[in-house]
Amino acid sequence: MALTNDFIKLRLTEKFGEALSAFEEPYGLLTFTVSKELNLKILQFLFDDTELQFQFLTDLTAVHYPDNKGAELAVVYHLNSLKNNVKLRFKVYTDIKDPKVYTATSLYASANWMERETYDFFGVEFVGHPNLKRILNVDEMDYFPLRKEYPLEDQTRIDKDDDMFGRGGATVSGY
Amino acid sequence: MEDTRLIENHQRLGQDFVEKETTTLNLGPTHPATHGVFQNILEMDGERIVKAESTVGYIHRAFEKIAERRPFYQVTPLTDRLNYCSAPINNTGWLMTVEKLLEIKIPKRVDYMRIIIMELARISDHLICNSVVGVDSGAYSGFLYVMQYRELIYEIYEEICGSRLTTNIGRVGGFERNFNETVFRKIDKFLKEYPKVLKEFEKLFNRNRIFIDRTVGCGPISAERALNYGFTGPNLRAAGVDYDVRVAHPYSSYEDIEFSVPVGSTGDSYDRFLVRNEEMWQSMSIIKQALELMKKEPEDVFHANAPKYYLPKKEDVYTKMEDLIWHFKIVMGEVDIPPGEVYHSVEGANGELGFYLISDGGRAAYRLHFRRPCFIYYQAYPELVQGALLSDAVICMSSLNLIAGEMDA
Repeated sequence: MALTNDFIKLRLTEKFGEALSAFEEPYGLLTFTVSKELNLKILQFLFDDTELQFQFLTDLTAVHYPDNKGAELAVVYHLNSLKNNVKLRFKVYTDIKDPKVYTATSLYASANWMERETYDFFGVEFVGHPNLKRILNVDEMDYFPLRKEYPLEDQTRIDKDDDMFGRGGATVSGY
Repeated sequence: MEDTRLIENHQRLGQDFVEKETTTLNLGPTHPATHGVFQNILEMDGERIVKAESTVGYIHRAFEKIAERRPFYQVTPLTDRLNYCSAPINNTGWLMTVEKLLEIKIPKRVDYMRIIIMELARISDHLICNSVVGVDSGAYSGFLYVMQYRELIYEIYEEICGSRLTTNIGRVGGFERNFNETVFRKIDKFLKEYPKVLKEFEKLFNRNRIFIDRTVGCGPISAERALNYGFTGPNLRAAGVDYDVRVAHPYSSYEDIEFSVPVGSTGDSYDRFLVRNEEMWQSMSIIKQALELMKKEPEDVFHANAPKYYLPKKEDVYTKMEDLIWHFKIVMGEVDIPPGEVYHSVEGANGELGFYLISDGGRAAYRLHFRRPCFIYYQAYPELVQGALLSDAVICMSSLNLIAGEMDA
């Protein structure tokens, strides 16, 4: 029997119940949100469960939603169950003032650099990571460049104030 | 007698002195053997590597940030610069991500055209990687021999889109123009000439005593470790896992085509080499099948019917009002983009190349993340070379096909 999204959802809600929310299936990919204390437990469960076997971490990254007060940073996991040929995605939201999320390095060696990258660009602190330092940016950098408060172009320039071209001050969510 | 004593002296000196102190060796960032800008800090005990640490990010260009300000079609040239050895795969993967978000239905003929382009790119990438493994193990002639056939592939790109390395090939919805006679002629020429060359190339390497000695058992990885390290593509398949995105999650009508997925067993440099070679044969067979399938489709179709997103013909922009309006709207980012989240992946030359696109309905992506296969599997490098000789580390590196552009994004 092929593994269906409904079955995965049922399996997860059986085990974790209320901690999971926002189940969606955009473009056929099962997506849900997990409270941040549980991210490692969910990963472990998905990894170990004999029917699910989500043992391949496809991607790990973060997104910054500055308007989402108290849960500004979303860490996004893409998992793949190679045995069942099914993918899923889940998100963990965290407060930007205390961006601590458990590391997945104990389960996936691949999470090491992906988490370092996420830390580098968003400042998510992965608790328990063996070597959490910047990876692509210079070590001396003191900000997290992919956060939305850092606009791409130099905002002090006055020769390029044309909103039509996406420059100007009209950036995302009022920054 | 005196000779023996001399050797003994030498050895004693070694034990007392050398083994306590290790040498730090910088392999990179601009070392010719790294074939790209990244650094390995190797702790050496003589010729042996005690510990390795990789530093990346020397050519980080913040594509993910730049993409947050650019309309989708302006992101395509950024994807060129990820794995620049096979830019058309990156371009097409990105365009397919956008098409998935916009829910554009792509005609079969365009799918096949894309397959041809992507497989040519795969051949050109594997050809470079494998011949460079040869160069690093001291066999330069193979490299020079196949290089002119990469040129043939680049001429095909040139005929289709006008550029060679950073191709920016295709549009949202299809291609900017149809394949002309010359394209088909050049593809035929390539398909006719390359098999002989590849065969010769395999003759030079596959059973070559020196090459085998240098690559067998060099930088091996087990299937389990490879999966845990997030390996994909030829490097994972060399370890014996038959995961190929083209088969597991078919895109661009790969399901219409028959091909086999070569796998290795030990995951060492030799297996990676063999897997890549076999994939080139498979790619050629895929191109032939796609050419056949194309003949069954209407000849003049080279893009989807999506006037809101597909740039109109340049001649029409100058002469027709409607087309001028649409051109302006598309270029200025005034068309409606639906909000949504898409993850789409293609089988890049190095593995699963993923695009995670979040749109909030604005003119540019709210967030775009590239899953770069190189970046993910390169972290296994210290484990692969630990305890190996320095010369093995060089071969291991080139057989992993690390492309700095893809790693740093």
